[in-house]
Amino acid sequence: MPTAYSYIKKTKMKKYINTGNKDTRSGFGAGLTELGQKNENVVALCADLIGSLKMDDFKKNHPERFFQVGIAEANMIGIAAGMTIGGKVPFTGTFANFSTGRVYDQIRQSVAYSDKNVKICASHAGLTLGEDGATHQILEDIGLMKMLPGMTVINTCDYNQTKAATIAIAEHHGPVYLRFGRPSVPNFTPENGTFEIGKAVLLNEGTDVTIVATGHLVWEALVAAEALEAKGISAEVINIHTIKPLDEEAILKSLAKTKCIVTAEEHNILGGLGESVSRVLALNKPAPQEFVAVNDSFGESGTPDQLMQKYKLNNQAIVEAAERAIKRK
Amino acid sequence: MKPNTQQLNNLTIQVRRDILRMVHAVNSGHPGGSLGCTEFLVALYQNLMDRKPGFDMDGKDEDIFFLSNGHISPVFYSVLARSGYFPVSELATFRHINSRLQGHPTTHEGLPGIRMASGSLGQGMSVAIGAALTKKLNKDSHLVYSLHGDGELQEGQNWEAMMYASAYKVDNYIATIDLNGKQIDGPTDEVLNMGSIRAKFEAFGWDVLDIEKGNDIEAIIAGMTDAKSRTGKGKPVCVLLHTEMGNGVDYMMYSHAWHGKAPNDEQLANALAQNYCEGESDY
Repeated sequence: MPTAYSYIKKTKMKKYINTGNKDTRSGFGAGLTELGQKNENVVALCADLIGSLKMDDFKKNHPERFFQVGIAEANMIGIAAGMTIGGKVPFTGTFANFSTGRVYDQIRQSVAYSDKNVKICASHAGLTLGEDGATHQILEDIGLMKMLPGMTVINTCDYNQTKAATIAIAEHHGPVYLRFGRPSVPNFTPENGTFEIGKAVLLNEGTDVTIVATGHLVWEALVAAEALEAKGISAEVINIHTIKPLDEEAILKSLAKTKCIVTAEEHNILGGLGESVSRVLALNKPAPQEFVAVNDSFGESGTPDQLMQKYKLNNQAIVEAAERAIKRK
Repeated sequence: MKPNTQQLNNLTIQVRRDILRMVHAVNSGHPGGSLGCTEFLVALYQNLMDRKPGFDMDGKDEDIFFLSNGHISPVFYSVLARSGYFPVSELATFRHINSRLQGHPTTHEGLPGIRMASGSLGQGMSVAIGAALTKKLNKDSHLVYSLHGDGELQEGQNWEAMMYASAYKVDNYIATIDLNGKQIDGPTDEVLNMGSIRAKFEAFGWDVLDIEKGNDIEAIIAGMTDAKSRTGKGKPVCVLLHTEMGNGVDYMMYSHAWHGKAPNDEQLANALAQNYCEGESDY
């Protein structure tokens, strides 16, 4: 059972301290537990993956508000949409692949087009699912969800942020896609911090290159920034936890200083954060951009660290991308 | 005071006139299934459902209805308008640009009476189950109704929903199947033979009843009253409504040809002549 990226050697940096590796899905579970206590309209639905989604506590504490739908994701999305009628705030839980691609039309018609207040919470996104392989490693989900009008798309970076985001989206009216993962990764954002949807977080100030990262790649970007600093390169690191709506102002403000940008995500290069950023640049201020993303391929079986190395989704890849971007200025 | 049978029959003819004129005006839309379900929707909104005045999305403390086979929007819009949800004159905007009356029903334009978009088939039963679960959580004893095409049952999501509804005893819910035996490409038995729909629902744990005269207002009210009496007993209730596609217009009946085709000028005049109603109030 892979529990950590073995390649994440560095656990303490100048500004950020890893308080201990934790999985982001457990942050979701903790957030849901807290929501269950403070908001009686929150209901949770799961398609036979309670343990994987860490929904056990909510189920135990609020059995009357927990709905096990079995291996029937399309029905789960439809039921969730219907439950909003009468004021419930449904949180659905399954793997990212089954939360999006499998039920795209159900989300499109019954949730997004119908403007239903459903929170689609998706674990095991991306390559870091590991050994199960490409059938389960969806790398297209951000693209699928961000194309739906009215859908908010969030990809959190660590346990604390995932917990905070889970709590925050209950207060936001409208459909939300919340993406997180399976592996244990450094937990470094503030405990019980606030989560503001659509507001980027500046993690490290710099002047030579902007690194915009989301999800598991945020910590990698911080490690990369220190490696770049040792080479005399000043990198600004921004945590884009919300891919839609995108904090365009934060990106453009940083770019005005650095004049080049790297985007980093555990997703296909097509349709992800990188392309959303490209659009912002094209419409406002064209600048060199390099992509750290999966190059339009499926994943495969392997440990998370083997996969992240093979598909070049780690701090070394971000360093190389930053150097390429700076050369193109 | 609920309208009497004669008033309901008169309204049924008026709704048929609306349907025919709506699809004719834009030379598109689905008259066949709309005409087949006219008596059912008139009976539902004018007699069977316990509705509050006005409209709010949450539908608390009232019965609510979901149309799963959204392509029969003409009958839905006409019955909603004539039940007071929005001005009858707005029916003239059906399928036009900038209209709240989209080709298939949507909440997107804020049309009162619509709680869920439908059109992509097979999704309405799950949605209705969700609304029924919320009613139970809210301790709201009102019912949830839904209508589905028989061809629509070929979509797999229905069977997920059927399994769920009986396993979790969603017994404040009545799903009605428009059993007209026809779909776009032909008779359902030829397109994809589903065998006995009754046996399938029963095998999935539902309480099933037939309304053999699905185009007869009194038979519908009697059958649906029976269906209502079966709610609250631990099983979801399924009504098999035997209807005739294109009912009330002789040249549209007994065929699937008018599933998604509008009449021309001459055909419209002929159809309207067959559907004269006292005190006609065309929009």
